[in-house]
Amino acid sequence: MIISLSKDVVIIQREQDVVLFRNRVKEFATKIKMGLVNQTKLITAASELVRNMIRYAEGGDISIEVVSKGRENGIRLTFKDTGPGIADIQLAMKDGYSTGKSLGLGLPGAKRLVNDFNITSEVNKGTVVTIIKWANG
Amino acid sequence: MALDITKILKSKKKSLFEDWMKNQLSNEGLREDLVSNEDLRAQSEELINILLQTLTPENLSDPSSASFDPVLEILSGIAIVRAQQGFSPRETGLFVISLKEALLARLQEEVKDNPIAIFEESLKLNRVMDHFIINSFETFIKGREEVILRQTDEIAEISTPVIRIWDGILALPIIGTLDSSRTQIIMESLLNEIVATGSSITILDISGVPAVDSLVAQHLIKTVSATRLMGAECIISGIRPEIAQTIVHLGIELTNIVTKATLASALRYAFQTLNLQVRKAGTQNATNQ
Repeated sequence: MIISLSKDVVIIQREQDVVLFRNRVKEFATKIKMGLVNQTKLITAASELVRNMIRYAEGGDISIEVVSKGRENGIRLTFKDTGPGIADIQLAMKDGYSTGKSLGLGLPGAKRLVNDFNITSEVNKGTVVTIIKWANG
Repeated sequence: MALDITKILKSKKKSLFEDWMKNQLSNEGLREDLVSNEDLRAQSEELINILLQTLTPENLSDPSSASFDPVLEILSGIAIVRAQQGFSPRETGLFVISLKEALLARLQEEVKDNPIAIFEESLKLNRVMDHFIINSFETFIKGREEVILRQTDEIAEISTPVIRIWDGILALPIIGTLDSSRTQIIMESLLNEIVATGSSITILDISGVPAVDSLVAQHLIKTVSATRLMGAECIISGIRPEIAQTIVHLGIELTNIVTKATLASALRYAFQTLNLQVRKAGTQNATNQ
């Protein structure tokens, strides 16, 4: 059972918002005493996903939550956009695949950096990505 | 017949304007240091003229009507100028709020016999004025944001110094986030400096980059490739332990690039490549060929 303890929503519209959002995530992560390595992993994953959001969907909103499962605390981030969506999620999750001119490591890389990764997408409706990183995960 | 407050207001323009000016001048938020009384008078008069001109019984009940566009235009102009002049949001808000107060007070005085109608009409007027207030806040914030954006550009401009640390060795400490526009600036100044100094080794120090995600890595790789095309070698230094772990998990390939943990070890590597030796004065070096 995962319980949400506190929540904050950040709206992303342009590239400058990324830094602000990353700082918010860092604040939350420091609050639950997440280690530096895990913090960096979470922030990097978050930064990958938020960049996708800006690049392909022209922004969206992200909720940052402190969640708790048993004795473990963690951070859950939910990225919601109303962009073009992803037609083939399996393909998008493959290393090196990109419809833009990037390295194609964003989605699969983000998945490897966090403990829990969930993506749902509907073409022309939008994409929702949820990730969880436990403080000691 | 329904009460037409727009007509009443229009007929009392002169006294309305005086009321409003009195409100503004008596307010402690008045910034005589930022705007002179004459300017304030001119601004206020322009606004009240155009407002009373456009106000009709029809658009009174529709705050988002397009007929208010000229009013909003003037308001936005005033709000943006105020944001740049350094007015506080409260002071900017009070400009419109004091007008609303003057309007309502005047109405109350003029129409005494019909409380129900006056209440309904003032409610509508309130909505319209609130719409204006929100609008002027929005533009005020936009004005402030423009100031911030300009500063951001300036920071990006000044925070990419290319330092010549030795004959033939350049260092470029990167601080903050690498985005496309910054990479462009960095790459340009680095490549120009390579030509200007004839350097053969450049060190990109990323100690001050908070997170290296795939986009940042891609920008780094591009910069390295570009310097190589110019005939110089590029070393990336300042890779912290947590960054190293993250890069591995992300799956970024940096194997073709020389990377070092600290700027010092990058410099040592550069010295080795250039066949330079650093030793204490007076000591003989046995390995000297």
